[in-house]
Amino acid sequence: MAKTLMRFMKVSLRWQVDTMMLQFVPYTEVEELGSARRVHKLLDIVKQDKVVVLQGRLTKEEEKDLIAITMENINETFKGIELAVIDESTESKDFLKKAKSNFYNFLLGDRRGFTVIGPSSMVKEIKRDPHKIELMTADGKRKKRK
Amino acid sequence: MIELLKQFVSKVFRNLFKRKKHIKLGLYGPPNAGKTTLANRICKDWLGEEMGAVSNIAHETREIQIKEEIHIKSGGKELTFNLVDTPGIATKIDYEDFMKSGMDEKEAKQRAREATKGVIESIKWLDEMDTVVVCLDATKDPYSQVNITIIGNLQARNIPVLIVANKVDLRKANMKRVQAAFPQYEVIGISAKYGKNIDAFYEGLFAMAG
Repeated sequence: MAKTLMRFMKVSLRWQVDTMMLQFVPYTEVEELGSARRVHKLLDIVKQDKVVVLQGRLTKEEEKDLIAITMENINETFKGIELAVIDESTESKDFLKKAKSNFYNFLLGDRRGFTVIGPSSMVKEIKRDPHKIELMTADGKRKKRK
Repeated sequence: MIELLKQFVSKVFRNLFKRKKHIKLGLYGPPNAGKTTLANRICKDWLGEEMGAVSNIAHETREIQIKEEIHIKSGGKELTFNLVDTPGIATKIDYEDFMKSGMDEKEAKQRAREATKGVIESIKWLDEMDTVVVCLDATKDPYSQVNITIIGNLQARNIPVLIVANKVDLRKANMKRVQAAFPQYEVIGISAKYGKNIDAFYEGLFAMAG
Protein backbone atom coordinates (compact mmCIF):
# COMPACT_ATOMS: atom_id res chain seq x y z
CA MET A 1 0.00 0.00 0.00
CA ALA A 2 2.69 2.49 1.08
CA LYS A 3 4.83 1.40 -1.88
CA THR A 4 1.94 1.98 -4.27
CA LEU A 5 1.36 5.42 -2.85
CA MET A 6 5.05 6.29 -3.02
CA ARG A 7 5.17 5.26 -6.68
CA PHE A 8 2.07 7.28 -7.40
CA MET A 9 3.42 10.32 -5.55
CA LYS A 10 6.65 10.04 -7.53
CA VAL A 11 4.80 10.30 -10.81
CA SER A 12 2.54 12.96 -9.40
CA LEU A 13 5.45 15.10 -8.23
CA ARG A 14 6.82 15.08 -11.76
CA TRP A 15 3.36 16.03 -12.85
CA GLN A 16 3.17 18.86 -10.34
CA VAL A 17 6.30 20.38 -11.85
CA ASP A 18 4.33 20.81 -15.10
CA THR A 19 1.30 22.72 -13.89
CA MET A 20 -0.59 21.23 -11.02
CA MET A 21 -0.77 21.29 -7.26
CA LEU A 22 -1.29 17.97 -5.59
CA GLN A 23 -2.62 17.54 -2.06
CA PHE A 24 -2.26 14.25 -0.26
CA VAL A 25 -4.99 13.66 2.34
CA PRO A 26 -4.20 10.88 4.80
CA TYR A 27 -7.15 8.77 5.90
CA THR A 28 -6.69 9.92 9.49
CA GLU A 29 -7.55 13.46 8.39
CA VAL A 30 -11.07 12.50 7.28
CA GLU A 31 -11.64 9.45 9.46
CA GLU A 32 -13.45 11.30 12.24
CA LEU A 33 -15.58 13.44 9.93
CA GLY A 34 -19.18 12.63 9.10
CA SER A 35 -19.99 11.77 5.49
CA ALA A 36 -21.20 15.23 4.48
CA ARG A 37 -18.20 17.05 6.01
CA ARG A 38 -15.79 14.53 4.48
CA VAL A 39 -17.22 15.11 1.00
CA HIS A 40 -17.27 18.91 1.42
CA LYS A 41 -13.69 18.94 2.71
CA LEU A 42 -12.41 17.10 -0.37
CA LEU A 43 -14.46 19.21 -2.75
CA ASP A 44 -13.24 22.42 -1.11
CA ILE A 45 -9.64 21.40 -1.85
CA VAL A 46 -10.51 20.56 -5.47
CA LYS A 47 -12.21 23.94 -5.87
CA GLN A 48 -8.86 25.56 -4.97
CA ASP A 49 -7.56 24.00 -8.22
CA LYS A 50 -5.70 21.22 -6.46
CA VAL A 51 -5.75 17.51 -7.18
CA VAL A 52 -6.64 15.48 -4.10
CA VAL A 53 -5.04 12.12 -3.48
CA LEU A 54 -6.98 10.60 -0.62
CA GLN A 55 -5.56 7.61 1.18
CA GLY A 56 -8.38 5.07 1.13
CA ARG A 57 -11.76 5.47 -0.43
CA LEU A 58 -15.15 7.02 0.11
CA THR A 59 -18.16 4.80 0.64
CA LYS A 60 -20.43 4.23 -2.38
CA GLU A 61 -22.98 6.55 -0.77
CA GLU A 62 -20.32 9.25 -0.33
CA GLU A 63 -19.16 8.87 -3.94
CA LYS A 64 -22.76 9.41 -5.05
CA ASP A 65 -23.09 12.44 -2.72
CA LEU A 66 -19.80 13.83 -4.06
CA ILE A 67 -21.24 13.79 -7.59
CA ALA A 68 -24.51 15.43 -6.45
CA ILE A 69 -22.73 18.14 -4.41
CA THR A 70 -20.34 18.76 -7.32
CA MET A 71 -23.36 19.38 -9.55
CA GLU A 72 -24.76 21.88 -7.03
CA ASN A 73 -21.44 23.76 -7.10
CA ILE A 74 -21.02 23.99 -10.87
CA ASN A 75 -20.85 27.52 -12.23
CA GLU A 76 -18.96 29.39 -14.93
CA THR A 77 -15.59 28.90 -13.23
CA PHE A 78 -15.99 25.51 -11.57
CA LYS A 79 -16.96 22.97 -14.24
CA GLY A 80 -16.88 19.79 -12.18
CA ILE A 81 -14.47 17.05 -11.22
CA GLU A 82 -12.64 14.01 -12.51
CA LEU A 83 -12.74 11.11 -10.09
CA ALA A 84 -11.08 7.72 -9.86
CA VAL A 85 -10.90 5.16 -7.10
CA ILE A 86 -8.03 2.72 -7.25
CA ASP A 87 -8.88 -0.34 -5.24
CA GLU A 88 -7.58 -3.77 -6.19
CA SER A 89 -10.26 -5.51 -4.13
CA THR A 90 -12.95 -4.75 -6.71
CA GLU A 91 -11.04 -6.13 -9.63
CA SER A 92 -10.25 -9.74 -8.91
CA LYS A 93 -12.34 -12.67 -10.08
CA ASP A 94 -10.09 -15.33 -8.60
CA PHE A 95 -11.56 -16.95 -5.47
CA LEU A 96 -8.31 -17.01 -3.46
CA LYS A 97 -7.48 -13.42 -4.36
CA LYS A 98 -11.01 -12.40 -3.43
CA ALA A 99 -10.79 -14.16 -0.05
CA LYS A 100 -7.44 -12.46 0.60
CA SER A 101 -8.92 -9.15 -0.43
CA ASN A 102 -11.93 -9.62 1.87
CA PHE A 103 -9.55 -10.31 4.74
CA TYR A 104 -7.66 -7.06 4.06
CA ASN A 105 -10.97 -5.23 3.79
CA PHE A 106 -11.92 -6.59 7.19
CA LEU A 107 -8.65 -5.29 8.63
CA LEU A 108 -8.35 -1.98 6.80
CA GLY A 109 -11.90 -1.08 5.78
CA ASP A 110 -12.07 2.14 3.77
CA ARG A 111 -8.33 2.77 4.22
CA ARG A 112 -7.61 0.46 1.27
CA GLY A 113 -6.69 1.85 -2.11
CA PHE A 114 -6.72 5.54 -2.88
CA THR A 115 -8.97 8.11 -4.46
CA VAL A 116 -7.95 10.77 -6.94
CA ILE A 117 -10.18 13.81 -7.39
CA GLY A 118 -9.19 16.68 -9.64
CA PRO A 119 -10.88 19.76 -11.08
CA SER A 120 -12.10 18.97 -14.59
CA SER A 121 -10.66 22.27 -15.82
CA MET A 122 -7.20 20.79 -15.18
CA VAL A 123 -7.65 17.03 -15.33
CA LYS A 124 -9.29 16.17 -18.61
CA GLU A 125 -9.68 12.49 -17.90
CA ILE A 126 -8.57 9.80 -15.48
CA LYS A 127 -8.48 6.49 -17.29
CA ARG A 128 -8.20 3.37 -15.23
CA ASP A 129 -8.14 -0.31 -15.90
CA PRO A 130 -6.97 -3.14 -13.67
CA HIS A 131 -3.30 -2.58 -14.42
CA LYS A 132 -2.71 1.12 -14.85
CA ILE A 133 -4.06 4.59 -14.32
CA GLU A 134 -3.64 7.42 -16.79
CA LEU A 135 -4.11 11.05 -15.86
CA MET A 136 -4.72 13.25 -18.83
CA THR A 137 -4.32 16.94 -18.29
CA ALA A 138 -6.51 19.52 -19.95
CA ASP A 139 -3.67 20.52 -22.28
CA GLY A 140 -3.49 16.96 -23.57
CA LYS A 141 -0.38 15.77 -21.68
CA ARG A 142 -0.60 12.24 -20.41
CA LYS A 143 0.99 10.79 -17.29
CA LYS A 144 1.14 7.05 -16.89
CA ARG A 145 1.55 4.82 -13.91
CA LYS A 146 1.90 1.02 -13.93
CA MET B 1 -42.97 -28.51 9.38
CA ILE B 2 -40.57 -27.66 6.55
CA GLU B 3 -43.50 -27.66 4.11
CA LEU B 4 -45.40 -25.21 6.35
CA LEU B 5 -42.37 -22.96 6.52
CA LYS B 6 -42.02 -23.09 2.72
CA GLN B 7 -45.69 -22.13 2.26
CA PHE B 8 -45.31 -19.26 4.72
CA VAL B 9 -42.23 -17.89 2.95
CA SER B 10 -43.84 -18.16 -0.49
CA LYS B 11 -47.02 -16.43 0.81
CA VAL B 12 -44.99 -13.57 2.25
CA PHE B 13 -43.12 -13.14 -1.04
CA ARG B 14 -46.33 -13.32 -3.10
CA ASN B 15 -47.97 -10.64 -0.96
CA LEU B 16 -44.88 -8.50 -1.13
CA PHE B 17 -45.01 -8.43 -4.93
CA LYS B 18 -48.83 -8.17 -5.06
CA ARG B 19 -48.62 -4.93 -3.13
CA LYS B 20 -46.10 -3.59 -5.61
CA LYS B 21 -48.43 -3.48 -8.57
CA HIS B 22 -45.98 -2.05 -11.08
CA ILE B 23 -42.26 -2.24 -10.75
CA LYS B 24 -40.20 0.83 -11.53
CA LEU B 25 -37.57 0.02 -14.12
CA GLY B 26 -34.89 2.69 -14.28
CA LEU B 27 -32.58 3.41 -17.21
CA TYR B 28 -29.29 4.72 -15.86
CA GLY B 29 -25.90 5.47 -17.30
CA PRO B 30 -23.51 8.20 -18.44
CA PRO B 31 -24.64 10.90 -20.91
CA ASN B 32 -24.96 9.88 -24.57
CA ALA B 33 -24.90 6.14 -23.87
CA GLY B 34 -28.25 5.72 -25.61
CA LYS B 35 -30.67 5.48 -22.67
CA THR B 36 -33.44 7.40 -24.42
CA THR B 37 -32.82 5.53 -27.68
CA LEU B 38 -33.30 2.29 -25.71
CA ALA B 39 -36.40 3.73 -23.98
CA ASN B 40 -37.77 4.67 -27.42
CA ARG B 41 -37.04 1.16 -28.72
CA ILE B 42 -38.92 -0.43 -25.79
CA CYS B 43 -41.86 1.97 -26.15
CA LYS B 44 -42.03 1.52 -29.92
CA ASP B 45 -41.90 -2.27 -29.60
CA TRP B 46 -44.64 -2.50 -26.97
CA LEU B 47 -46.66 0.74 -27.10
CA GLY B 48 -46.12 1.79 -30.70
CA GLU B 49 -44.90 5.28 -29.76
CA GLU B 50 -41.61 6.94 -28.78
CA MET B 51 -40.76 8.27 -25.34
CA GLY B 52 -38.34 11.18 -25.76
CA ALA B 53 -36.10 13.18 -28.05
CA VAL B 54 -32.58 11.98 -28.82
CA SER B 55 -29.58 14.00 -29.94
CA ASN B 56 -25.84 13.67 -30.52
CA ILE B 57 -25.28 16.52 -28.07
CA ALA B 58 -24.86 15.24 -24.51
CA HIS B 59 -27.52 15.88 -21.85
CA GLU B 60 -30.47 15.90 -24.25
CA THR B 61 -32.54 14.29 -21.48
CA ARG B 62 -32.43 16.72 -18.57
CA GLU B 63 -35.56 15.66 -16.71
CA ILE B 64 -36.84 12.32 -15.48
CA GLN B 65 -39.27 10.84 -18.03
CA ILE B 66 -41.76 8.17 -17.05
CA LYS B 67 -43.81 5.90 -19.27
CA GLU B 68 -46.37 3.99 -17.27
CA GLU B 69 -47.65 0.45 -17.66
CA ILE B 70 -45.47 -1.05 -20.32
CA HIS B 71 -46.57 -4.62 -20.77
CA ILE B 72 -44.11 -6.96 -22.44
CA LYS B 73 -44.53 -10.64 -23.39
CA SER B 74 -42.00 -13.20 -24.45
CA GLY B 75 -42.08 -17.01 -24.54
CA GLY B 76 -45.21 -17.26 -22.38
CA LYS B 77 -43.82 -14.82 -19.80
CA GLU B 78 -45.31 -11.39 -19.10
CA LEU B 79 -43.96 -8.34 -17.34
CA THR B 80 -45.53 -4.95 -16.58
CA PHE B 81 -43.41 -2.01 -15.50
CA ASN B 82 -43.19 1.76 -15.37
CA LEU B 83 -40.18 2.82 -17.40
CA VAL B 84 -38.12 5.65 -15.91
CA ASP B 85 -35.66 7.28 -18.33
CA THR B 86 -33.12 9.34 -16.39
CA PRO B 87 -30.69 12.13 -17.34
CA GLY B 88 -27.13 10.87 -17.78
CA ILE B 89 -24.96 10.99 -14.68
CA ALA B 90 -21.73 12.97 -15.06
CA THR B 91 -19.10 14.47 -12.76
CA LYS B 92 -18.57 17.55 -14.95
CA ILE B 93 -20.68 19.82 -17.12
CA ASP B 94 -19.09 22.61 -19.12
CA TYR B 95 -21.36 25.00 -21.01
CA GLU B 96 -18.50 25.64 -23.45
CA ASP B 97 -18.78 22.05 -24.67
CA PHE B 98 -22.35 22.80 -25.75
CA MET B 99 -21.12 25.93 -27.54
CA LYS B 100 -18.71 23.73 -29.52
CA SER B 101 -21.80 21.88 -30.72
CA GLY B 102 -23.17 25.08 -32.21
CA MET B 103 -25.27 26.56 -29.40
CA ASP B 104 -25.07 30.22 -28.51
CA GLU B 105 -23.73 31.14 -25.07
CA LYS B 106 -27.11 31.80 -23.47
CA GLU B 107 -28.57 28.55 -24.72
CA ALA B 108 -25.45 26.61 -23.68
CA LYS B 109 -25.48 28.04 -20.14
CA GLN B 110 -29.17 27.26 -19.80
CA ARG B 111 -28.57 23.68 -20.96
CA ALA B 112 -25.68 23.31 -18.49
CA ARG B 113 -27.87 24.55 -15.61
CA GLU B 114 -30.65 22.14 -16.53
CA ALA B 115 -28.16 19.30 -16.97
CA THR B 116 -26.71 19.75 -13.46
CA LYS B 117 -30.24 19.62 -12.02
CA GLY B 118 -30.92 16.53 -14.11
CA VAL B 119 -27.91 14.70 -12.68
CA ILE B 120 -29.05 15.52 -9.13
CA GLU B 121 -32.57 14.26 -9.94
CA SER B 122 -31.18 11.01 -11.39
CA ILE B 123 -29.16 10.42 -8.25
CA LYS B 124 -32.18 11.13 -6.00
CA TRP B 125 -34.29 8.66 -7.97
CA LEU B 126 -31.79 5.82 -7.50
CA ASP B 127 -33.48 4.88 -4.22
CA GLU B 128 -36.91 4.74 -5.88
CA MET B 129 -36.08 2.04 -8.41
CA ASP B 130 -37.07 -1.60 -8.15
CA THR B 131 -34.76 -2.75 -10.92
CA VAL B 132 -32.28 -0.91 -13.11
CA VAL B 133 -30.86 -1.28 -16.59
CA VAL B 134 -27.45 0.37 -16.74
CA CYS B 135 -26.88 1.48 -20.30
CA LEU B 136 -23.22 1.91 -21.28
CA ASP B 137 -21.69 3.00 -24.54
CA ALA B 138 -19.74 -0.04 -25.82
CA THR B 139 -17.34 2.24 -27.70
CA LYS B 140 -16.27 4.12 -24.53
CA ASP B 141 -14.09 3.28 -21.54
CA PRO B 142 -16.27 1.18 -19.18
CA TYR B 143 -13.95 1.75 -16.20
CA SER B 144 -15.20 5.31 -15.69
CA GLN B 145 -15.87 6.05 -12.03
CA VAL B 146 -19.43 7.18 -12.81
CA ASN B 147 -20.28 3.67 -14.04
CA ILE B 148 -18.64 2.08 -11.02
CA THR B 149 -20.39 4.47 -8.62
CA ILE B 150 -23.85 3.89 -10.15
CA ILE B 151 -23.48 0.11 -10.12
CA GLY B 152 -21.89 0.10 -6.65
CA ASN B 153 -24.79 2.09 -5.20
CA LEU B 154 -27.37 -0.21 -6.79
CA GLN B 155 -25.48 -3.22 -5.49
CA ALA B 156 -25.37 -1.72 -1.98
CA ARG B 157 -29.18 -1.32 -2.10
CA ASN B 158 -29.72 -4.85 -3.45
CA ILE B 159 -31.43 -3.46 -6.55
CA PRO B 160 -31.22 -5.96 -9.45
CA VAL B 161 -29.03 -4.67 -12.28
CA LEU B 162 -28.83 -5.56 -15.95
CA ILE B 163 -25.91 -4.08 -17.85
CA VAL B 164 -26.45 -3.24 -21.48
CA ALA B 165 -23.52 -2.37 -23.76
CA ASN B 166 -25.16 -0.21 -26.40
CA LYS B 167 -23.93 0.79 -29.87
CA VAL B 168 -22.46 -2.63 -30.77
CA ASP B 169 -23.21 -1.77 -34.39
CA LEU B 170 -20.24 0.62 -34.31
CA ARG B 171 -16.76 -0.61 -35.27
CA LYS B 172 -15.17 0.81 -32.13
CA ALA B 173 -17.51 -1.19 -29.85
CA ASN B 174 -15.68 -3.53 -27.48
CA MET B 175 -18.00 -5.92 -25.67
CA LYS B 176 -15.16 -7.90 -24.10
CA ARG B 177 -13.86 -4.81 -22.37
CA VAL B 178 -17.29 -4.03 -20.87
CA GLN B 179 -17.64 -7.63 -19.69
CA ALA B 180 -14.15 -7.54 -18.17
CA ALA B 181 -15.00 -4.36 -16.27
CA PHE B 182 -18.07 -5.91 -14.63
CA PRO B 183 -17.35 -9.65 -14.36
CA GLN B 184 -20.02 -10.21 -11.70
CA TYR B 185 -22.82 -9.11 -14.07
CA GLU B 186 -24.29 -10.41 -17.27
CA VAL B 187 -23.63 -7.89 -20.04
CA ILE B 188 -25.89 -7.84 -23.08
CA GLY B 189 -24.58 -6.15 -26.21
CA ILE B 190 -27.26 -4.36 -28.21
CA SER B 191 -27.84 -1.65 -30.75
CA ALA B 192 -30.89 0.22 -29.46
CA LYS B 193 -30.89 2.33 -32.62
CA TYR B 194 -31.15 -0.60 -35.03
CA GLY B 195 -32.77 -3.17 -32.70
CA LYS B 196 -29.81 -5.54 -32.89
CA ASN B 197 -29.94 -8.28 -30.22
CA ILE B 198 -32.98 -6.63 -28.64
CA ASP B 199 -34.63 -10.03 -28.02
CA ALA B 200 -31.69 -11.02 -25.83
CA PHE B 201 -32.22 -7.76 -23.94
CA TYR B 202 -35.90 -8.63 -23.28
CA GLU B 203 -34.85 -12.12 -22.17
CA GLY B 204 -32.41 -10.47 -19.78
CA LEU B 205 -35.19 -8.25 -18.46
CA PHE B 206 -37.39 -11.27 -17.75
CA ALA B 207 -34.53 -13.05 -16.05
CA MET B 208 -33.89 -10.02 -13.85
CA ALA B 209 -37.37 -8.72 -13.07
CA GLY B 210 -39.85 -11.32 -14.31
